[in-house]
Amino acid sequence: MIDLAQYVGGVLVLAGGLFSVLGALGLLRFPDLYTRLHAAALAGPPGLGLVFVAIAFTSLDLAISSRVLIGIGFLAITTPVAAHLLARAAKRSGVAFTDHTSDHTTGPKAK
Amino acid sequence: MSGAQFLGFATAAALLLLGLAFILTLIRLARGPTLADRMLCLDTITMLAASAIGIFAIRTGLYLYADIAIALSLVGFLSTAAFARYLISPKPGARR
Repeated sequence: MIDLAQYVGGVLVLAGGLFSVLGALGLLRFPDLYTRLHAAALAGPPGLGLVFVAIAFTSLDLAISSRVLIGIGFLAITTPVAAHLLARAAKRSGVAFTDHTSDHTTGPKAK
Repeated sequence: MSGAQFLGFATAAALLLLGLAFILTLIRLARGPTLADRMLCLDTITMLAASAIGIFAIRTGLYLYADIAIALSLVGFLSTAAFARYLISPKPGARR
């Protein structure tokens, strides 16, 4: 039983690490801030959340598991909010889009 | 292979993956053309550090570190919100 929980925890930790690497790769390779923000904000919560779930599996302790699940809930709420705040601030301070995206508030390819 | 052995291998591999992600993020942090890119990188680095602390908690069995990882992710959100606020704040002396 403990063995099974440890196997599941190991797989979850590996999946979390993989999500983090893919998010960082998107952060490095994507062309402008908004696409990078998409990669980081989409891959970040699964990366950390899977590690948290793995902690809940391997600890087998109700106090730790409940705290960690609350942490996951908080992460799921705050990360989109942070990404939205950052994108809004960047748009207002005039960070440019790539040529491949169009701005729906001013029409396509408007200066 | 017993469960504990597999867990040790998996956490070591995940720490290596996190190190790779950290290096990729640092490259973008050094290169990033705008301030907002660098803020995004700091946010990502905070999340990577929280993941590393969580994996360390699993490796050592000291589950006290799980609390530290949760607290660090909370602080990461607050710092991003504060930086975003700073980015759209008017320049000193400018009329609102």
